[in-house]
This record gives sequence, C-alpha cells and structure tokens, in this order.
Amino acid sequence: MNLPFSTSSTAGLILAAVFGLLFGILLNKGRVTDYNVIVNLFRFRDWTVLKIMLTAILVGGIGVFVMMSAGWLPEYHIKDTNLLGLILGGALFGIGMVVYGYCPGTGVAAIATGSLHALVGFVGMLLGGVAYALSYSWVKANILSVGALGKIRIPEATSIPEVLIWIVLAVGAFFLFRFLEKSSARV
Amino acid sequence: MKNPSWSPYLVGAGIGILSWLVFLVVNKPLGMSTEVSKFSGWLAGLFVGMDAVTENAYWAGKTPKFGYSTVFLLATIVGAFLSAKWSGTFRWEKVPQVWSEHRGPGVMGRMMAAFWGGAILLYGARMAGGCTSGHGISGTLQLAVSGWVFFAAMFAAGIGTAAVLFRKSKTQS
Repeated sequence: MNLPFSTSSTAGLILAAVFGLLFGILLNKGRVTDYNVIVNLFRFRDWTVLKIMLTAILVGGIGVFVMMSAGWLPEYHIKDTNLLGLILGGALFGIGMVVYGYCPGTGVAAIATGSLHALVGFVGMLLGGVAYALSYSWVKANILSVGALGKIRIPEATSIPEVLIWIVLAVGAFFLFRFLEKSSARV
Repeated sequence: MKNPSWSPYLVGAGIGILSWLVFLVVNKPLGMSTEVSKFSGWLAGLFVGMDAVTENAYWAGKTPKFGYSTVFLLATIVGAFLSAKWSGTFRWEKVPQVWSEHRGPGVMGRMMAAFWGGAILLYGARMAGGCTSGHGISGTLQLAVSGWVFFAAMFAAGIGTAAVLFRKSKTQS
C-alpha cells in the first residue's frame, strides 16, 4: 500500500466520505451541533467545546508528533502566520461564531440535525466566501502582508523542545480538566 | 450510537485520531472552512460561469470543483444526520434556547443574525486562513504559531461578543 492516497483518486473520494461521516458523527455525539453548547462556552457556562478541542489537540498532536518522528508522515501542513490577518480574521470569526452560534464544521453538521437557523447561516457563509474572494486582492496587499512571518512552528520559533511542550500541555490540560470536573460536580 | 451524547473526552480523542488518519492516508489536515469556501466558489460558478470564478485572484489558486472537499462536506452532513436519527435527537429548530432567552423568540431576528453571523464567520475564517478545525485543531496540534494566535483571537472576540449579545435576559427581567 502506497500512502498517502491522492485526494483526486476514487480511493481519495471514498476516504473523504468515510472521514466526513466520522467527523459528522463525532460532532453530533459531542453535542457541538447544539447552538446552546457552543455559545455557553463563551459565557463560561459549558466547557464541552473546550474539553473536546483540548483533548483533540493533545491526542492528535502527540500522535502526529510520534508519526512525524518515526518518518511516517511526509510533511507538516502549517498555515502562514500573517499576524494582522490572523488577529483580525480570528476576531471576526469569534464574533461570527457567537452570533451564528456555530463554526463552519459544526454549522454544516447542525443543519443535518434540523437546525434551520444553521442552514440560513450556511447561506450567509457562502456569501462571506464570495465576499472574501472579491476583496482578496486588497486584503492580500493590505492585511495579509502585515506581520507575515511565514510557516512557523512553536518549537522552532521559541527553541523549546517539542517533547517538553507536549508534556506541559498534557499536564496543564489534566489539571484544567480535573478542576472543571470538580467545579461542575459542585453545582 | 443510540446514546445522544458521548463523553467530550472520548469525542475529542476521536477527532484527534481522525486527524492522524487524514494526515497519514491523504496527506491533508482536517479542515472545513476551505471546503465551504470552495463550495461557495463552485456555486458561484453555476451562476456566473466557472471561467469568471477562476479569473478571480483568490479562487484561481484553489480551483473550486467537485472533489475530495465537496465529498467531505456532504459526508459530514450525512454523518451528523445519521447520528441524530439513531439517537432520536433530530428536531427542527428555528430559535435556540439561549438566543430566545436573551434576544427574544422572534424567528426573523434569529434568522437575520444567523445569516450575517455566518457571513462574518466565513469572511474571518478566510482572512485568517482557517477555522476551528483548520487552525483551532489541525494547526494547534501541529504547534503552528498561526493556529495558536487564531485560537486566542477567536476566544477573546467570542467572549466579548457573548458578553454584549447575552447581557440582558428577556425571560427573567
């Protein structure tokens, strides 16, 4: 078996279907297709989203780190660090996520659970996609160029060994989760 | 599968393992907003013609066409639908509870907010180059600086927005 498969092959399309199915099931079982669960994270009333994300980062990250060290993965897929674009875009995203109540992945999945406002917001997302494409030349010249640091990773940028970063993140998450479980048990 | 919800730690671990498979098997990060953006380009192509779309500086580099991304997006919808059906939690929802409690039960108001919220959301995701999955999970787990900066900006703005949007209660006051 030659890995990776090309995403344009038939095998790639079948895999896309399998991965998408699993992703949709996980999002629904994780209750993040529920508007209330998502917005209550930003109101400090429901930590489901944070628990899912941090666990996914730890399990995914440590696994990818191990596979990378073993030489099983051909490359990292790092997105550019354009500081202004990330901060402005991230802020717009945060505003949109609370007003819409979903992010792109959970919004798409929520439509399938009967959320009609998620469907309306999806149409809004398509408009946002078109608007971005139309304004791309300007954004690229004036925003993405500010603080453009390229494809950088924390271990290289800070010279902190990657193993140490994962140990700190894992221990930090363990105590955070323990604290969250204890404080929710008291309520 | 009949259980409407699984432990968030189990779901998180599942998404983490899914990201291993996606990296390993198709050499891609797990992401969604690129998929949605390509889908919008593909739809725009139906109206104005694909030539006009690929002339655009942004879509020229991404060539929106039916492929891996479209299948992944559609399969996510099917997966969530099956999951909700198996557990019997599928239900039509126009105005969610937290919104209704603070912004009123009006359907039109909620739909307008969802529409514009969605538009701002995807615009921001494209400017940043990713969303909760592309940056928030795939980027952060590769320890990309971009992923963690996005994560911080998203949370800060989200917390501020929630504080303003859900300040008043319409049911209690």
